[in-house]
Amino acid sequence: MSNAENKKMGFGERIMNALKGFYANFSTGQIRAGGKRQWVNYVFLLAFFILLFIAASLTDVFFSYANIGNLLRQIVTNGIISLGMLVVILTGGIDLSVGSVVALASILVSGMIQNVGLPIPVAILIALCAGGLAGAVNGFVISRFKLQPFIVTLATLGAIRGLVYVYSQTPITPQDPAFREVFGTPILGPFTLSIIIMFIAFLVAGFFINRTTSGRAIIAIGGNEEAVRLAGINVRGNVMLAYIISGTCAALAGVLLASRLGISQPSLGGGFELDAIAACVIGGAILGGGGGSVLGTLGGVVTLGLIDNLLNLFNVQSYYQQIFKGLIILFAVLARRKDK
Amino acid sequence: MAETDFLVMRNIHKSFDGTQALKGVDFSARLGEVHAIVGENGAGKSTLMKILAGALQKDSGEVILDGEPVSIKSPLSARRLQIQAVYQEFSLVSHLSVTENILLGQMPTKKNNWMVDWDEAHHLAEQKLAEIGFTGLQVRLPVSSLSVSHQQMVEIAKAAVTQPKIWILDEPSAVLSQEELKRLFEIIQVLKNAPALILYISHRLDEVFEIADRITVLKDGELIGTVKPNETDENQLIRMMVGRTLGELYPHRSPKPGQEILSVKGLTGEKVYHDVSFSLKQGEILGFFGLVGSGRTQVARGIFGADKVTSGEIRLNGKQLHIRSPRQAVKAGIALLTEDRKKDGLVLSCSIVDNASLATMDQVSRGIFLDIRKRNERVAFKVKELSIHPDQINTIVRRLSGGNQQKVILAKWLLSEAKILILDEPTRGVDVATKMEIYRIIGDLADRGIGIILISSELPEILGMSDRVLVMKDGRTAGEFNRAQASEESLLSCAAGVAS
Repeated sequence: MSNAENKKMGFGERIMNALKGFYANFSTGQIRAGGKRQWVNYVFLLAFFILLFIAASLTDVFFSYANIGNLLRQIVTNGIISLGMLVVILTGGIDLSVGSVVALASILVSGMIQNVGLPIPVAILIALCAGGLAGAVNGFVISRFKLQPFIVTLATLGAIRGLVYVYSQTPITPQDPAFREVFGTPILGPFTLSIIIMFIAFLVAGFFINRTTSGRAIIAIGGNEEAVRLAGINVRGNVMLAYIISGTCAALAGVLLASRLGISQPSLGGGFELDAIAACVIGGAILGGGGGSVLGTLGGVVTLGLIDNLLNLFNVQSYYQQIFKGLIILFAVLARRKDK
Repeated sequence: MAETDFLVMRNIHKSFDGTQALKGVDFSARLGEVHAIVGENGAGKSTLMKILAGALQKDSGEVILDGEPVSIKSPLSARRLQIQAVYQEFSLVSHLSVTENILLGQMPTKKNNWMVDWDEAHHLAEQKLAEIGFTGLQVRLPVSSLSVSHQQMVEIAKAAVTQPKIWILDEPSAVLSQEELKRLFEIIQVLKNAPALILYISHRLDEVFEIADRITVLKDGELIGTVKPNETDENQLIRMMVGRTLGELYPHRSPKPGQEILSVKGLTGEKVYHDVSFSLKQGEILGFFGLVGSGRTQVARGIFGADKVTSGEIRLNGKQLHIRSPRQAVKAGIALLTEDRKKDGLVLSCSIVDNASLATMDQVSRGIFLDIRKRNERVAFKVKELSIHPDQINTIVRRLSGGNQQKVILAKWLLSEAKILILDEPTRGVDVATKMEIYRIIGDLADRGIGIILISSELPEILGMSDRVLVMKDGRTAGEFNRAQASEESLLSCAAGVAS
């Protein structure tokens, strides 16, 4: 749009355009020219506001400082895992091994601090590298041998879990209080470092997807892998990168979770992959590739977190929470059904 | 209106999102005729046919079948009225056998009523194929193992089970070679004599003249007229389709081929082609002609590094190249526009700008960071130059017409500043006006010194565009013709292996 046109527009129009531009930057080229079906892109927003409204009208505890902080801390884990999952889903793949990677990173960071006595930063680095390595194995096998991501990561889901138990069959508790405090102390209002890390991760992911060559390549691969290969792009390398990102994200989530819980169970993280996939799907990602956005995924994560939080506040049993979550996911997919 | 009109569609209106696709079309046709429907993309022919097939609902108007007004609410009700559409995208289950596909949902059972009677089934399937004049197909094979043309026969045989009175054939020839086309025409004659009405949609006018008894032209949602092939000619038809005189289809060029840019010697692929040698000069358009399956596409893919090459040498500007991947080919300045743009040419779910910049992201980035503004400017410039419509670079490519999609791929390779451009069926499924534009673009590129290999099944296209023609047959080069030597007869007889 030229400057001359810009000047002619009213202030309101300019704001609207800026907002559209912002949204466009964070979506993945899913913007539709016709405005007719665009509302489905905002399904999560709708769900979000309905939940918020219910929360506000039924309880005053919800908007308390403590509860907001609590809510945000709780979504950090799924938030960061979902980001990695989104990148993989954009390539047309899926990563089922994230839950096991969370456990691996969590037990490694605690073990390195408690049993080996390494400094905290070194321990964290080791855990992150382990996650990245797990992702690299996934990515290598999938891209090199052209195997189905579902099967490959199903295999590594089991194998990595086994590895965790080989390392330690009992929970490890890092005694050093600094490990808890560094991530868990509120430093900016109710925001702890872990929450800030999550938001930074979302910004970085948005930047990665929209502003880097690899990010655009990954989205295109999910749309049509062969066309991308024939355009002279390194498909294998980029697919592998996506899984490395997913593994590293899961490991980061594992480290932060170990810090929050103060204990690392080898059984940690079972079913985490489902929450992450759910967040991506609620946020508009298409399994099999060809759509998905960072902003949408954030919306999905927050929506899922809100459901948990609200049902907890009302003392609803967790079984009902599961049912409710399932319905939300179905609703999100149904609302998009005609969108293809 | 003659009493013999079996199908009458009266005053059909249809609009999508406010744009009128059909503005009161009156169309009628008889049993026992092949009625071709032609028009540019967006003229409304598919919409009209989809309304008849029950895939779309008309806004107003009426459909009269054999004197009775009917309402066609779904593909199923169309089927009950013995209206059968065969689309370009087949509705076959690829991993099931030919038999199961033909008899889908009505497999014969043994006396106990629950076991499939396979012998009977295969027999029935063979019979159905024989009814449309097609024999010799192994009905036990999975459909995925058949060639595209055989799949099409299976599709037709499957549709014939319901004994349709009206057949809608949507671009049935798009994937066929000359020889397969002949076979399809024979089958169409059989279907027509049933008797049935064959509605034949095609972009290829030469075919339409060959097969049709009458031709109806649509333009901008209106019926322009119905003519008989022997009372008109291609030029008049094109005038009716585009509403103006188009001038020459192919650009006038005075080719000035420069130095040799590409030389291929003894190129041999894993299966399909052997010992292929040729050379290409700067600014030259080299036509690659041959029947489908002659190995043209495979040679192109081999040069481009998309498939493995077992032996042979490729020299670019005299320097030997070892291309093992498309990535290396693109770096060396070679570009390939593939024959099936939806399969491996475009990322349909992405925007124009994403697609057009796909091959050149390195040129508009610093390290791993994309320079979005530079990328968008470069793409917008090409979009304007090639007059891609719409010119909004954020438009999702899926929404574009076939011709504009093809131009997006051209834009991608033009941005890469390739020295050698391999075009595999660049005008397939593209309307006449866009075809002309693409020919003009190809001509311009050659004039700018780019070496162009033009692969095509359409003889007129090869003859109209090429400076030199290479004919392939059974994976080998069968002959080379310069512009003066090349004629329809000489190329066809060479491609088919007839001694001339």
